[in-house]
Amino acid sequence: MGLTGLEIFKQLPKKNCKECGQPTCLAFAMQLAAGKASLDACPYVSDAAREALDSASAPPVALIKIGVGEKAIELGNETVLFRHDKRFEHPTAITIRVSDNEDVKAKVEKINKLVFDRVGQIHEVSMVAITNDSGDAAKFAEAVKTAQDNTAYPLMLVTSDVAAMEKALEVAGANKPLVYAADANNYEAMTNLAKKYEAPLVVKGTDLNNLAEVVEKVVALGYKNLMLDSGATEISRMVADQVQIRRSALKLFRPFGYPTVAFATNDDPMMEAMNAATLIAKYAAVVVVNSAEPEHILPLITLRLNIYTDPQKPIAVESKIYEILNPGPDAPVLITTNFSLSYFCVAGDTEAARMPAYIIPVDTDGISVLTAWAAGKFTPESIADTIKKLGIMEKVNHNKIIIPGGVAVLSGKTAELTGCEVIVGPRESAGLPSFFKQRWNK
Amino acid sequence: MAVNIVKERWTSKVAELTIGTGPNAVKVGGETTLPYLQFEGELPNKSLVALEVFDMAPQDWPELLTSAFADVLNDPVAWAKKCVELGAGAVALRLMSAHPDWKNASGEEVAKTAKAVADAIDVPLIVIGCGVEEKDGEILPVVADALSGKACLIGCVTPENYKTITAAAIGAGHSLIASSPLDINLAKQLNILLNEMAMPLDRIAIDPLVGALGYGIEYAYSIMERARMGALTGDKMLAMPICSFVGQEAWKSKEAKDPDVAEWGPIHDRAILWEAITASTFAVAGSSIMIMRHPEAMKLFYAWENEMRKSNAY
Ligand code: B12
Ligand code: SF4
Repeated sequence: MGLTGLEIFKQLPKKNCKECGQPTCLAFAMQLAAGKASLDACPYVSDAAREALDSASAPPVALIKIGVGEKAIELGNETVLFRHDKRFEHPTAITIRVSDNEDVKAKVEKINKLVFDRVGQIHEVSMVAITNDSGDAAKFAEAVKTAQDNTAYPLMLVTSDVAAMEKALEVAGANKPLVYAADANNYEAMTNLAKKYEAPLVVKGTDLNNLAEVVEKVVALGYKNLMLDSGATEISRMVADQVQIRRSALKLFRPFGYPTVAFATNDDPMMEAMNAATLIAKYAAVVVVNSAEPEHILPLITLRLNIYTDPQKPIAVESKIYEILNPGPDAPVLITTNFSLSYFCVAGDTEAARMPAYIIPVDTDGISVLTAWAAGKFTPESIADTIKKLGIMEKVNHNKIIIPGGVAVLSGKTAELTGCEVIVGPRESAGLPSFFKQRWNK
Repeated sequence: MAVNIVKERWTSKVAELTIGTGPNAVKVGGETTLPYLQFEGELPNKSLVALEVFDMAPQDWPELLTSAFADVLNDPVAWAKKCVELGAGAVALRLMSAHPDWKNASGEEVAKTAKAVADAIDVPLIVIGCGVEEKDGEILPVVADALSGKACLIGCVTPENYKTITAAAIGAGHSLIASSPLDINLAKQLNILLNEMAMPLDRIAIDPLVGALGYGIEYAYSIMERARMGALTGDKMLAMPICSFVGQEAWKSKEAKDPDVAEWGPIHDRAILWEAITASTFAVAGSSIMIMRHPEAMKLFYAWENEMRKSNAY
C-alpha cells in the first residue's frame, strides 16, 4: 500500500546534504519507505512534496473519530476485504435512531440500558442518531439537546436541512457529533458547518458515481474528515455498494477512502436485525437501526464481537483460581480451559445457579474444551499440573473435581494423576444449575 | 463522474449438487462468484433450507422449539409433512434412535422410518445419522439401500466411517455430507478420499462443523470464505456446496434457550434471531445448505434471502 523508496525519492530535494542523518536522499527515502524515519528530518522538502507524500501514504480507509470523552468512537483504518487476511480493525458503530417526533428522553434512557456483559467485557451500542422527521429546526435542536443531556454516547445528527443542522450544532457541535449528510444540493453549507465544529461529515450520494462526485467537491473545499453513504436502501444494493467502496478504497481510489454509514432501519425489527447483521459482516462502519429492544440488539452486538475478533488471537483468560460468590472450603472445584468463552460460560452459569465455587481454567493457549482436547492440550497431565501448581485442593475440605461432560473420557486417568475423585459434569455449562442440585447439594 | 466498478475475474465455479428426483429435485451451488454479488457473476440457486425432524421425540429441545411441533414430535412422518407445509425446502431426518445412549436402534429399524418419511413428502430428503461415527458407518449403508434411487443427501461421513457409507451411497445414487472440523485442508483430504472411491465431486457437500453466533461462528465464517475463494480460483476439491448445521448449534446457546435473563429481553425474538442470524451469516460467507429447526427462523431467513438475491448489477 505504502510508497516505494523510489517513488518517495522522486519527491525529495536531492541535495544529498546529509542533514537528515542519512548519507543520501535515496538512503533517506528507503528509510521512509520502511517506516524507519519521519519526513520531518529533512528540512528542505517542499510543501507540495509533503502534501503529495502525505496523501500517498495515507491509509486506504481514513481513521475517523466521532464524539469526545470516554465513549468517543474510532472508525475506519481498515486494510483488508476478508478478516482471515489480517483482521478487521474498528468494530461497527451500532447506532440507534431516535426521531424528533417521539419521546426522546424515554428512548434514550432505553438505549442507555443496552449494556451486555459478555466474556468478561462490557459490550454496548455505540451512538444515538437523532433524525429530523418533524421538519422543524427548533424541534430538532430540542431533541438533540434532550439526547445530549441524557446520554454519554456520541450523537449522529440526521437532517438534510442546513438551517436545522446549524441549530443542532449550536447545541451539540462541541461534542463532535457525526453530521449527516452533505449531498449534491447542500454540500457547501454542510461542509462549512462541519468544518466550523471540526465534526466528522457524512457525504451522501444517490449512487456510487454521484457519491464520488460529491466527495471530490467536499475535498476541494478542504475537508477530509468524512464518511460515506452511497444512498442505497435495498439490502442487496447496499451490500454491493459496501463491497465496491471497500474494494476501491483498498485500490487507493481516494474518494472512497473513508468509512461507511448504512441505514438498516426497517419497520419490522426482525428484518431490520437481519439486514443490520449482514452490514456488520460486510464492511459498514456505522449501522443505524430503530429497535432499542435488547432481544434485537444482543445478537448484533454478539456478531460484531465475533466478526471483529483477531483471527490470530483467541481471547484467553489467565490460568488461576477464580472465586465465584465467596466460596468456602466445601465449594465445588470446576475444571475448564482458558478460552475466555469457555471460562465465562462456566462462570456465568455457576453464578446463575447462586453456587459459590472455584473455577480452574487450564492453560490451553486459549482454545475451547473440545478443541483443546482434540489438540492434546486439555489432558489428564495438564489438568493435574494446573491443580498442583495452583494449590487449589488445599483450599477445600473435599477431594472432588468436576470436569466438563464433553471430556468424560479423561476421568479415569485424571483421577489417577491427581488422586482426586473426578466427577463428570454436564456437557453444556447451562446444565450446571440442575447438576448442582442433583449431584452436589444432596 | 463514472466510478470504475471493481469486478473480480474468477476462473472457476462451485459444483452444482442435485438432491431429489423428477419434479421434486432441487439444485444447490453452481456459483461463479462470492455470495450475493450478483453484479459480478452467476448465483443460479437459492439456499436450500431443510427443517430437522427427529425419529424419536428430542430430549433436550427448549420449549420454544418443541411448541412449534408439539402435536407431531412422536411421529416422524407427520412431523416431516408438517415441515413441508411450513415451507421447508427439504426435510433433514436425524436418526437419533440409533444412538447407543438412546434406543440403539438397528439399521433396518431406522431405514424403515427413513423410507416412510421419504414416501410421505414431495421435497428432497436429507438423512443424518446419530452422530456416533462407528454406528453411522453401520446404519447409513442400510438406509442408503432402502432409499435407493431417491437421490437423498446422506451424512455425515468422516475419515473414520466414510468407506461403507460412500460405497452404499454411490450404488444407490445418493450424495454425501462430508464433515471435518473447521479446517480447509481436512475438508479437502476427506473429499479426495471420497472421490478416490469414485464418488463424483458434484455429489458431495462440505460440513465444516460450525459453531453458532457467539460460540465460534467467526471460525466457520472465515473457513467458508476461504473455501469459496478456493473453489472460485480452481480448487476442485473445495468446490462443493457448504452445509451448515445451524439449528443444532444455535439451539444449544444460552441466548436461545434461557427465558429468564432480564437484560436480554424476551426469549422469542432473541432465540429466533439467534438461529436466523447464524444462518444468514453463513450464507454471506458461502454456505448454501442450511439445516434449521424453528419454522419462524426459516421464514425470516427466506424473507431476508429474497431481498439479498435481488439484482445489484451496475
Ligand atoms: C471454534 C472451533 C475451533 C477453533 C478454536 C477456537 C477456540 N478458541 O477454541 C479452531 C478453528 C482453531 C479449531 C481447531 C481445531 N478443532 Co475445533 N471446533 C471449534 C467449534 C466449532 C466450536 C468450539 C467452541 O468455541 N465452542 C464454544 C466453547 C465455549 O465450548 P466449550 O469450551 O466446549 O465449553 C462448553 C462446554 O464444554 C461446557 N463446559 C466448559 N467448561 C466446563 C467445565 C465444567 C465443569 C462443565 C461441567 C462444563 C463445561 O460449557 C461450555 C458451554 O456449553 C467446535 C464444534 C462445535 N460446534 O462445538 C469444534 C471442535 C471442538 N473442534 C474439533 C477439532 C477436532 C479441532 C482440531 C483438532 C481439528 C483440526 N483442524 O486439526 C483443531 C485443533 C486446534 C489446535 N491444533 O490447536 C472437534 C473436537 C472433536 C471431538 N469432540 O473429539 C469439534 C467438536 C468439531 C467436531 N465436531 O469434530 N476448532
Ligand atoms: S536532509 Fe533532505 S535534502 Fe538533505 S540528504 Fe536528507 S533528504 Fe536529502
